[in-house]
Amino acid sequence: MPHSNSSITGMSNEVDELLHLFAPFPASVIPLLQEIQAHYGYISEANLTRVATYAHTPESTVYSVATFYSQFRLTRPGRYSIRICQGTACHVLGANSICEHLEEQLGVKVDETTGDGLFTLESVRCLGCCSLAPAMMIGDKIYGRLTRGKVDTIIGAYRNREEE
Amino acid sequence: MSRVTEVWVGVATCGVAAGAELVYSTFESSLAKHNLPVTMKRVGCIGMCYNEPLVDVVTADENRFTYGHVCPEDVGRIVTEHVLNGRPVNELLIPADGFFEHQVRIVLENCGLIDPEVLEEYQGHDGYKALQRVLSEVTPVEVIEEIKLSGLRGRGGAGFPTGVKWDFAAREPGPEKFLVCNADEGDPGAFMDRSILEGDPHRVIEGMIIAAYAIGAPHGYIYVRAEYPMAIKRLNKAIAAAGRAGFLGENILGSAFSFEIKIKTGAGAFVCGEETALIASIEGKRGTPRRRPPYPAVSGLWGKPTNINNVETLANIPWIIRHGAKEFAHYGTEDSRGTKVFALAGKINHSGLIEVPMGMSINKIVFDIGGGLRENKEFKAVQIGGPSGGCIPARLADVPVDYKSITQTGAIMGSGGLIVLDEDTCMVDVTRFFLDFTQKESCGKCTFCRIGTKRMLETLTRICDGEGVPEDVDNLIELANKVRVYSLCGLGQTAPNPVLTTVKYFRNEYDAHIIDKSCPAHVCRALIHYEIDPSACKNCRLCTKQCPVQAISQGKGDHQEIDQSICIKCGQCYEVCPFGAIAIQ
Ligand SMILES: Cc1cc2nc3c(=O)[nH]c(=O)nc-3n(C[C@H](O)[C@H](O)[C@H](O)COP(=O)(O)O)c2cc1C
Ligand code: SF4
Ligand code: SF4
Ligand code: FES
Ligand code: FES
Repeated sequence: MPHSNSSITGMSNEVDELLHLFAPFPASVIPLLQEIQAHYGYISEANLTRVATYAHTPESTVYSVATFYSQFRLTRPGRYSIRICQGTACHVLGANSICEHLEEQLGVKVDETTGDGLFTLESVRCLGCCSLAPAMMIGDKIYGRLTRGKVDTIIGAYRNREEE
Repeated sequence: MSRVTEVWVGVATCGVAAGAELVYSTFESSLAKHNLPVTMKRVGCIGMCYNEPLVDVVTADENRFTYGHVCPEDVGRIVTEHVLNGRPVNELLIPADGFFEHQVRIVLENCGLIDPEVLEEYQGHDGYKALQRVLSEVTPVEVIEEIKLSGLRGRGGAGFPTGVKWDFAAREPGPEKFLVCNADEGDPGAFMDRSILEGDPHRVIEGMIIAAYAIGAPHGYIYVRAEYPMAIKRLNKAIAAAGRAGFLGENILGSAFSFEIKIKTGAGAFVCGEETALIASIEGKRGTPRRRPPYPAVSGLWGKPTNINNVETLANIPWIIRHGAKEFAHYGTEDSRGTKVFALAGKINHSGLIEVPMGMSINKIVFDIGGGLRENKEFKAVQIGGPSGGCIPARLADVPVDYKSITQTGAIMGSGGLIVLDEDTCMVDVTRFFLDFTQKESCGKCTFCRIGTKRMLETLTRICDGEGVPEDVDNLIELANKVRVYSLCGLGQTAPNPVLTTVKYFRNEYDAHIIDKSCPAHVCRALIHYEIDPSACKNCRLCTKQCPVQAISQGKGDHQEIDQSICIKCGQCYEVCPFGAIAIQ
């Protein structure tokens, strides 16, 4: 990513603040990565290095942790992440066709981001809302009993909100 | 008619997803408009998730009227007719459907009845009384004896006797020991622990404090999955409130015992539910299981004695202390005492959260409590225990739900996921689904788990794609047995269960896929096609408009026709046809 020098320093100050939320030792690696991802939506290479230095942990170890856990993203996501549930209850109630429909409507596959940077499509295993299967989560909000039509309405609402 | 004093709205995750927050605020403003002295309360999951959003109207004489599927438009009527004039709106009340009749609520005793964010509510239901008693008059050894006597076994899956486990940890030298609550709940299709944490977090905290006292641990962790933001929020609130009230921290309630709890958020790895992987994860590492022994009780978190218990296990503790081990052991069967919470989901009418005495039959759960199958479809099987579990066919559904009987079927009790499958579920596809899960979630340490699950998945995928060969089933069985034996942790050891149980009970479906090249449940796309019956088609052309790839056009008569070379078998035409003229073959 192109960054001017000033924005790099600006950003590193901000990152420093986040880093200091946790003690500088290896056990802080996961919470640090979580904090950084919560703030920036993903973990950039530069921030991964910062976490390693701060937590006194080899960079390779931090990278191996970041890639082990499915929560962590190493690329910049879209503005909204759509997490379609692929848990058992959702699977037997047709999550696949909902997922396909989303892929079709957004023009991306799971784990990809739309060209306009608005949506990232992801899949999760159970949102703990199996009674409302099939379900998906956008941000912190869960939508249940999905049908193709309902998906269109929900996605449409997010798109409209963006245009306003 | 007694006066209405309170209105409760269920605001657990699934209630909120169904629109409960809007219902809550609509009630609030409507009650304010009429200037009514009624208390509003946010409660957790009562279990009837199939009726969400749920609203309880409570009267001064403590009668509870439950409204289901409440939308904001209904609120005005409920307020004017019921709250104002004391006339319940009968058509909006949920009908008596047997859902609670056969349940016994120990763990869920408060869920849906109290505001989980208010400590005093929990205390009003005997909360923290067990802790007070324990700290003032019971020794740690006596606590452990009581739990042993109750027969409580771990609810996280393995079913290890809880008292015995505590004893191991208690015997290790201190003072540095850890008590960990496992709230990773990775089984995709289960939400018992989420509902307990969201609906009654203090109960879990009280259970943790008592457990920590019993084993002599000054430090506690709750390892909770990141996908449960509401549970995390409520736990944080509850820990802070318990601290202010003197239930956590230094010298709890004036005793010599001190205990603190920290929350660790998981980062999305199923294997981290396994004890040694969970410990590695708290330490900031990749969640890779390690060999046992040493067991965590001897060398766990940072090499210190550590006791790990599941959420539901811990939620049983305060009740057992308050009512006594005998009362608890009175429920359930010889080898499985007490109750079990199940998350009922899938093709069932009453999808939700239930708690039943151990030993109840699956049939009773599915039909008497669960209200039978959706659209009266035929009951085919239940999937119990998630990816580590197996499928029990309908003909064996008289089996009682206890550790021994379930294990004898080849499945496992697991943590409480119970997914009901009907005639429209393809057992080979479901098995493929689970193997896809375990293959992705394998940590990769063991060759058989890493590669064996992959080969099994490939074989199952091939069968679903219509390219199965007759040797596939025998190869699956052989591979499954090897993966089971040569894997280090529970993930690999149980990953073959879905394969082995479906091959055992549904061999005919495998044969249909492999030999007849057909999918009896009409799920596997490579083995089905859609056709329009010319005599049933009324030429409304709804399907033609719906088809995303323009595979449907005017046929040679007065009907539509599908071009099989274009059709992608999405099934949308089938769903949209109002005359049932489209058939799956
Ligand atoms: C792959 C794997 C995943 C597991 N996931 C969980 C889980 O999500 N929650 C849980 O309580 N136990 C889980 N367990 C079981 C735990 O390892 C452990 O047995 C349990 O937390 C002990 O608590 P209990 O004795 O109270 O049941 C899992 C085990 C394995 C092998
Ligand atoms: S059995 Fe599988 S998940 Fe368990 S340690 Fe081995 S490779 Fe990892
Ligand atoms: S199954 Fe889908 S692609 Fe095939 S004809 Fe019907 S709507 Fe079109
Ligand atoms: S399986 Fe989708 S919410 Fe549980
Ligand atoms: S989450 Fe509301 S009743 Fe289950």
